[in-house]
Parts: sequence; structure tokens; C-alpha cells
Amino acid sequence: MISYLGRRASHSILSVIGLLTLVFFLTRLTGDPSALYLPLDSTAEARAAFARLNGLDQPIHWQFLGYLRDLLQLDFGESLRQNRSAMQVALEAFPETLKLAVVAITLSTALAILVGSLAAARPGSIFDRIASLVSLVGASAPDFWVAIVGILIFAVGLGLLPTSGTGSWAHWIMPTFVLMLRPFGLLVQVVRGTMLSALASPYIKTARAKGLPRQKIIFGHALRNSLLPVVTVAGDLATSLVNGAVVVESIFGWPGIGKLMIDSIIQRDFAVVQSTILVTATAIFILNIAIDLLYAVLDPRIRY
Amino acid sequence: MSNATILKVEGLTVDFLSDDQPVRAVDDVSFHVSRGETLVILGESGSGKSVSTSTVMDLVDCPPGDIVAGSCLFDGVELSGLGAEARRSINGRRIAMIFQDPLAYLNPVYTVGRQIEEVYESHGAESGKGARAKTIELLRRVGIPEPQNRVDFYPHQFSGGQRQRVMIAMAIALKPDILIADEPTTALDVSVQAQILDLLRDLQRETGMALIMITHDLEVAASMADRIIVMNGGKVVETGIAREVFSNPQHPYTRRLIAALPHGNAAEAPNRRSTAIAGETLLKVEHLTKHYELASGAFSSKRTFKAVDDISFEVRRGETLGIVGESGSGKSSVARMLLGLNAPSAGKAVFAGENIFDMNGKRLMAFRRKVQMVFQDPYGSMNPRMRVYSIISEPWVIHRDILPKDRWKARVAELLELVGLLPEHAERYPHQFSGGQRQRIAIARALASEPELIVCDEAVSALDVSIQAQVIDLLADLRTRLGLSYIFITHDLPIVRHFADRIMVMKDGRIVEEGQTAALFGAPRHDYTQSLLQAVPQPKWLTQAQ
Repeated sequence: MISYLGRRASHSILSVIGLLTLVFFLTRLTGDPSALYLPLDSTAEARAAFARLNGLDQPIHWQFLGYLRDLLQLDFGESLRQNRSAMQVALEAFPETLKLAVVAITLSTALAILVGSLAAARPGSIFDRIASLVSLVGASAPDFWVAIVGILIFAVGLGLLPTSGTGSWAHWIMPTFVLMLRPFGLLVQVVRGTMLSALASPYIKTARAKGLPRQKIIFGHALRNSLLPVVTVAGDLATSLVNGAVVVESIFGWPGIGKLMIDSIIQRDFAVVQSTILVTATAIFILNIAIDLLYAVLDPRIRY
Repeated sequence: MSNATILKVEGLTVDFLSDDQPVRAVDDVSFHVSRGETLVILGESGSGKSVSTSTVMDLVDCPPGDIVAGSCLFDGVELSGLGAEARRSINGRRIAMIFQDPLAYLNPVYTVGRQIEEVYESHGAESGKGARAKTIELLRRVGIPEPQNRVDFYPHQFSGGQRQRVMIAMAIALKPDILIADEPTTALDVSVQAQILDLLRDLQRETGMALIMITHDLEVAASMADRIIVMNGGKVVETGIAREVFSNPQHPYTRRLIAALPHGNAAEAPNRRSTAIAGETLLKVEHLTKHYELASGAFSSKRTFKAVDDISFEVRRGETLGIVGESGSGKSSVARMLLGLNAPSAGKAVFAGENIFDMNGKRLMAFRRKVQMVFQDPYGSMNPRMRVYSIISEPWVIHRDILPKDRWKARVAELLELVGLLPEHAERYPHQFSGGQRQRIAIARALASEPELIVCDEAVSALDVSIQAQVIDLLADLRTRLGLSYIFITHDLPIVRHFADRIMVMKDGRIVEEGQTAALFGAPRHDYTQSLLQAVPQPKWLTQAQ
């Protein structure tokens, strides 16, 4: 178990280093920050001074080695835009994303398990057909379109909900709903499929021969066995949300890491881009470990 | 034994709805069983025997099942059309059931204790500590060692026989009036089978429950039955007192079944051993060994598991060597190494003067042509998307020198006829055949590369008794006509009695006894061989007379 965690951690560190290397060079392809941060009519001397100050005058491989050296000392660089630690900026934005992701994925998983199980319990029923239709629409509707239409109707038209930003509970409603759509749609399909095969399995026959009540057969015996694939898909969806829902955060002005990332790329704030990548990569690593451990909790046959 | 009839099924007719038309699975079946009595329902696969009893417990899904007619009267209550709550008060409490494959029929994610306690709780009999104490007592009763610890184990942590004991414990928890056992020992080794059957008999004596046992195995049937009904094609073809049915079968189907029994009467059974005196040595195996390194845990050092432990034997041309052993004896590992599917840890095997473990490239190709394998599950070992023609002709695609392409079609037809099928079967797919026919196709495929040795790994174990005899007849006939040699691997000692020339008994990776078939059956020297022979169930009327 401990050796398993160690093995996973060492693999992850290697891939994070690879990722950071890639990001370091790719962001520098976007152009020179001095073109953005200095006035258009600034002199060549001023530009050179700005470059020297931020280490941008060095050859790129020297910049990279310097970055690695700073990383080892847990120095993640300064934000050009905000003049403070880039990591601090990233860590301020991340909890906003995390809160939204946790709420969206928890609600959609719980709802999908309920709807999917009931649909599988009576395949072909009216409920099953409606659930299939709704989940298909949810899984395939483009989130930016739903978000914009939602703002038009509920914020601009009816004036019931705020258009963007954070603060009250009302600010949560539209971003959460939009983020839940796709996970809910996909998970209903997964739960329905795995529940159908679980309900047809021999141990369900045993449960019926034992005279167990129907809801105990469905939720106690079949559902417990169908959770593994659900956890796999839900985990995958959670990963994409933790990564920052760039589109949804941008549309609703949610100050999360996705919005920070896209803003920093546009503004060539290299240190912040690298820090956000490091934060989300670490979060995804922890999430994946948690999913693997959850497998072992759900299925006693899995041991690490 | 009281004569009070507890269950009376009359005129039961069940259809299964398939794509085009309903298929009648059970046709006008009637039977009854009394307290303390054992009724055996005997039939081969597809005879409708399981559907009949599943209907009694309302375990047939409707649709696709459809109960067309019939009544099930249980202790004065009509079971068909019973409401969900009334049904729950009978299932598990008054009628209980155990199944063929306990690993699949136990829920993998709950401890066995939890699954047994659930029976008490859901019927309001016991809960909490009381249920747990009773569960431990039950596990002790069915022979699980250290029940106070094992109660918290999961199904996969038990052996096959122990899992069936757990299933039995779950079924008898509330002392039901009827226990239905659907092929309860089919997946088990013969020595474990004997223990489970003993346990069922003891429990029946203790509780006075009625036992309905479903089986395809005539010996199991004979050893358990007071009365017997024989089913074929969804109909009851014969019914009566077990002893009379066995000694004087009336229906032609029953007669055929009993004649196909591989070890009914040694004198009457046809001898399928090779008549030719064995020729030169074809295969000589020396000190063959296969070790597996077991993963080391944090607190245990590395251990090795000896699947095959230093065995030597030889096969002569035209001879059949039977390798007999229970699961885990290493018999299949031997086959896999001889075919080059697994590498041995040590030892050599000389085939036609050359060590097969040293071969590579062209030589290995040439060797593989000469040694073919027939597997237990012919369906699993055939590509379902290939036609029979492609399956049989595939060896010729690989070994180009066997046959020119313009002769393939004629040769496939010839091979199909050789194994008792029709030339037009070449255009069909594997799923369009029965189990026995598929095994014939597998044999035709093996013959296509003109082998000298065929390794049969449990080749007839999955087949019905009457089909087993036909396939063995076919193999014996091919041996005579084509001069083949066989290594015939099985867990079922009686099957090889009239087929193998020599028998090798394996246990825990070693050979415990080896000898000419007649000598080995006549006077087994090793304890293990003797226990295997004795584990074959004896008819109830004989054991009761003793």
C-alpha cells in the first residue's frame, strides 16, 4: 500500500516535470511580454531594462535552468501583472474552482445514480425513456450555449439571477447547473448500463431467492456492484472540472483557476501560467490516488 | 419419512419469447415432493429442469419468460400469481435455493457473514448480535473452519467447496421446508462433491426438509434420489422410484442416458482403448518443472509456488496417456508447456529426437504442426466471427506446405465428414452449433494440420453425458484410422477408464501414481488414487442397504 503510493508519486513527479518543461517553452512562443506591459512609445532602453529585470534577456535555456533552480527552492516566480508571488495568485483562484467542481460533481453523481438506478429497475418504462432522453440532451448540449441562453433568460430577461460574479448563493445557481449538465447526462447512461447488467447477474437471483425486499436488491446488492465504473467516469469528469472550467468560468466571471489561466496566457504572465499548471496537476494527481483508493474500498477483491 | 406432500406442481408450461416466436422451455411438467424426501430432476442441458424449479421460486423473468399454464401448490397455498409481500414471506424462509456456481451467486462486495445475517434480518427473525451469533453457528455447522474469523471474509477468499457450504448455510438459515439444489456440485472436484452431498444428506436428516435436486449427473442422481423424474426437451419422459428407474428404465431416452454412463458396468461398457501395441516413443518428458514466483508482501519474503514439480513421462506412438488430477494439480500447466504456450522453469521434452524447449523459428513452426490441442470450451477457443471453413483451413494459411489452395474446400468437407458433420456446415458460424458439434469442429481443426499428437485438455468435461460418449468414440476411431497419439487431461477418472492405455495421476504438481489403466483401476496403490475412485458417488439404495 505505502509502496504503491510511493510508486505512483514518483511516476507523477516525472510527468509533472515533463509537463512544466513543455509549458515553459510553449508559453514563451506566444511573444514578448514587454510588448504588452510597456507603453507603445517606450524607448529601446526601457524595454531592455524591463527584460533585464524579469530575466527575459537571457538565452531561453538559461531561463529554463534558472526556473528549475528556483522551483527546487519553492520559488515559483513573480506575477508580471500583479507584482506578487505567482503561486499566491494561483492558490487564491484554485479554491473557487474547487468549490464549484465539488458541488457540481457531487450533485450530478448523486442525482445520476438515483435516476439511472430507477431507470434500470424498470427498463422500457416511461421513466426510463424520459431519463434516457434527458441524459442524452444533457450530455450533448454545448455548455457555452446553455450558459449564454441561461443568462439571457434568467438574468437579462427575468432578472431573477445575477449575470456573473460571486457573492450570494444566487451566483452559484447558473454556473453549477451548467457544469452539472454533461456529467449528469453521461453518468445516467453509465449507471443505467452497469445497473442493467448487475441486475441480471447471478447474485441478484440469490438475493431474490433469499426473499429480500425490492429496494434492498436494487440499492443494496446491484448498486454496490455497479459503482466501480461510475467512479471511473465520475473521476474523469471531476478531473476536467478541477482543471478549471475555462468556458463556464469566463462566461460567468467566476474567479477560478480556469479563468486565471486563460487571462495569464493572453497577458503573457508566464510565471502565473506555470504556477496554475503546477497546482492543477498536483490536484489531479491527488484526485487519481483518491479514486484508486476508492476502488479498493468499493471492491474487496482490489488490493494494492 | 412422512408422506405429507409439501409441494405439488401440475401442468407447468413455460415459454420463452425470442425474436420471432415463443420457444417452449417447459411443457406440461408435473411433480410433487414430500417432507423428508429427495426428488431428483435429471436432464441434460436445455431440458428445462432449471426453469421448472426457478418458476417455483418466481426467479424466471417475465418477460422474456411466460408462464402459460400450470399451478404450484405449496403447503395449501397457490404460488403462481402470488403478490410480492406474500412471495417474500416464502422465498428464503420456507423455500430456499442453492446454485451451481457459488462464486457468481454470492455477492462479491459483501462478507459472507453479512450475506447470511441478511436472511435473518429481512425475515425479521434476528438482528444485530443475535444474527451474527447464529451466522457463526451456521458456518460451523456446514463445516467452515474457524467460523468466528471466517465470517468476516469475502466470497473470493474461500475455496469452491467452502463457497458452496456458505451458500448452503444461507439457504438453511431459517430451516426451510424445501431446499432446491440446482447442480450444486457440478463445478466442484469429485472429492469435494462427495463432501457436499454428504452435508446435504445430513442436513436433510436433521431438519426433515424436502430436497429437490437438479442434476445432469447420473451418479449424483443415483446417490441422492428417493424418487427421480427424467426431463428431455422440456417434457418429463420418465418418473418413478430411483432404484426402479435406474435398474429398469422404460423410456428410450433414459435407457440411452444410462447406457452412456462411462462407468456403469465395467464388463458391458465398450472398450475404447487402442488395440495396437504401442510403437516407438513419440514424446519423452524429463524433469519438467514450472515454478511461479509469488509476489512478496511487506512482511513476507518471496515464495515460490511449484505448479509442476519435476515430472517425467513418455508417450508412445498410437498410445493414449490419461493425465488425471483435480483442480490445481498442475495437469493443465503440463499441457501448456508442451504446446509452448508457457515456458518451463526446468526440464526437457524430446519430441521426435529434439528438445522442444530449445526450438525456435522454423523448427518450432514445424513442431507446432505436429502437436495440436483441443480445449475444454470449444466456443471460447473459436473466433465467433469466422466461418467453420475459415476456422478449419486456418492452419493451411500458416503452414503453406500442407495443402495447395485449390484443394482446401474438398479437404474441409472431408474433415467435417470425418468428425461426423456435414460438408455444408462449412459455411456456418460457431454459434449455430451445439456444444458437442463445436467440439467436433475443434477436433477437425486440430486434424487439419495432420498432427501426430493431440492434447485434449478437459475436452469433454463441458459436454452432456451422452455427448461425452460420442466425442470419446470419435477420438478413439480417429486414433485407429489415423494412427494418432493422445494426451487426455481430465479431472474425471471414470471417463478415461475405457479410453486411455496408461494413466498418470497428478496431485500438487507431482505424479502420485502411474500405470496401465486396467492395473490402476483394479488395484490402485496410492491413497490419493483410491480416494478419487471412492469419491465417485454410489447409488443410495446400495449405501442404505449396507
